[in-house]
Amino acid sequence: MDGSPHSGRWDGLIEPGRVHGSLYYDEAIFREEVEKIWFRTWVYIGHESEIPDANDFVTKSLGPMPVLMVRDMKGEVRLLLNRCPHRGNAVCVQEKGNRARFTCPYHSWTFANDGRLIGYAFPEGYKDAPKSELGLGQVPRVESYRGFVFGCMDPEVIPLEEHLAGAKRTIDQACDNSPTGEIEVTAGFLKHRTKANWKFILENECDGYHPAFVHSSIFSVSDSQIGSIYGDDAVCVTRALGNGHTEVDVRPEFRRRDEPLSWFGTTAAKLPAYVEQMNAAYGPEKAREIMIDGMPHVMIFPNLFIAEIQIFVIQPVSANESIQNVTAIQFKGAPDMNRRLRQQTMGSVGPAGFLLADDTEMYERNQRGLEIRDPEWLFLKRGEHRERQDEDGFTIAHSTDDLPSRHIWEHYRSVMSRPGREA
Amino acid sequence: MSIAAEDIAGPEILKEWTGADKTAVRADPALHFEVSQFLYREARLQDTHDYDGWEALWTDDALYWVPANGADIDPERQMSMIYDNRSRIALRIRQLKTGRRHSQTPPSQLARVISNVELLESERDDIRVAANVMIFETNLRGDVVWGARAEYTLRRIEGELRMAFKKVVLVNNNKAIWTLSFLV
Repeated sequence: MDGSPHSGRWDGLIEPGRVHGSLYYDEAIFREEVEKIWFRTWVYIGHESEIPDANDFVTKSLGPMPVLMVRDMKGEVRLLLNRCPHRGNAVCVQEKGNRARFTCPYHSWTFANDGRLIGYAFPEGYKDAPKSELGLGQVPRVESYRGFVFGCMDPEVIPLEEHLAGAKRTIDQACDNSPTGEIEVTAGFLKHRTKANWKFILENECDGYHPAFVHSSIFSVSDSQIGSIYGDDAVCVTRALGNGHTEVDVRPEFRRRDEPLSWFGTTAAKLPAYVEQMNAAYGPEKAREIMIDGMPHVMIFPNLFIAEIQIFVIQPVSANESIQNVTAIQFKGAPDMNRRLRQQTMGSVGPAGFLLADDTEMYERNQRGLEIRDPEWLFLKRGEHRERQDEDGFTIAHSTDDLPSRHIWEHYRSVMSRPGREA
Repeated sequence: MSIAAEDIAGPEILKEWTGADKTAVRADPALHFEVSQFLYREARLQDTHDYDGWEALWTDDALYWVPANGADIDPERQMSMIYDNRSRIALRIRQLKTGRRHSQTPPSQLARVISNVELLESERDDIRVAANVMIFETNLRGDVVWGARAEYTLRRIEGELRMAFKKVVLVNNNKAIWTLSFLV
């Protein structure tokens, strides 16, 4: 599409409104995605609240690659690569902890938590070894936005806030729901493995067409708001936020209801402490607006899904396998709210969740279906005729339309068509 | 060069797995037999998807808990895979019975083995018991073997044993696991 010699192949796989099945199962394409998406664009890693104190660390991932997210002894957040520069051994096999240095168990090379090599066993054997060049590898670009830490392996990547584009507003919206303006990720992750390509998960997150069917079992036996959000006559919209980011904007429905905390299926009377904190923090008028609008439903390309009360972090393993890491969002300093956030999250998501077990079943059936080679293409044209621009110039469509998938694939094609290392 | 103990300590799961911190004291063979029979029956109800039969085993104050990321996490602070009170157990069963719980349509085919049944010390009249469980599951995706140490609190109500508490510590609950939508 941009006339570069690299775009032709992708133009043959990604057309407006349809994509080729091989994009989900071809291992060579997966390896190229690792190079061009996971290692060249911004990827969500973790949240600053997971490493609150100096020397805290937690194991995270950047695409299929593990990284250590550390707060070094000076308080700076770094992403260290867990590979001893000597022979490639892991310098840390713990999932999380607090330590100022990491020692490789193989030959006892020791590194400070800012990555510097600070010592090795029997140093007489290394005459004039360039210690300064033998530190741990690091993700060269690390930036955070309101506590959300992103990393990029390309030192020349655009600034994070530019990359976030229209999704920045949704992170602000999420943080505003906390009376302290801060979100915390402190409840630990459920890790759900699935035999499916990561892009089925990515596209499902803002697919408002499926809930009425995939989740009808739980909606039919519990109080459900589903019809008003993802029904045929819903007033909610999907929105393309730029750079592959997409959302289902549920605010129109909740503004119509005009009831604080209706978005959370509850009322102000049931969460008095939280409401009081919100009023004190923002003033009653602004607090009311925030509590009517509620939390965002946004998929930040390629791997951070803020699903109202949860965050999901999508981790690709191979063309045919992925992991969904999920936890409850917590609002700093709002215990009555946080308990409900955890309880609802535990019911809904993870390997045994009322919702996610069935979403994940769909991903796996999709993946197996692609081995059937006719038709070769997937059809993504729903709602093309009713796309329109909102007042800010973003494209929107009905909450059940395929606009999010179309936007994701448009961005995917432009990123994959960039010249550079082929896998 | 010294290595701090915390550097080598594995997940707490292992300690819980062996039951090393709990004493098996009640050696009453009749009670051991009765409790074992109860556990086998519960296993059979689960394996055969007898949802009503399984739900009827619970007491009104039931708690059904499958922790994540260890055996001794605080379920009031940390995420668990299942942390159901009685009404949420009922909701789980109602969902399964709709026939539209896609991850159980068709239902997983299951065979589980309960073993290493140990009666544990109990401060109240409740009967506390721990057992190992291995579950073979086959479904549309493929075959999975699950391993867990399970802990129960049983109570005698009108002569019948009932479950007030069941905790299932999957041995690999700190790792990414496949969908777990059958009754574990």
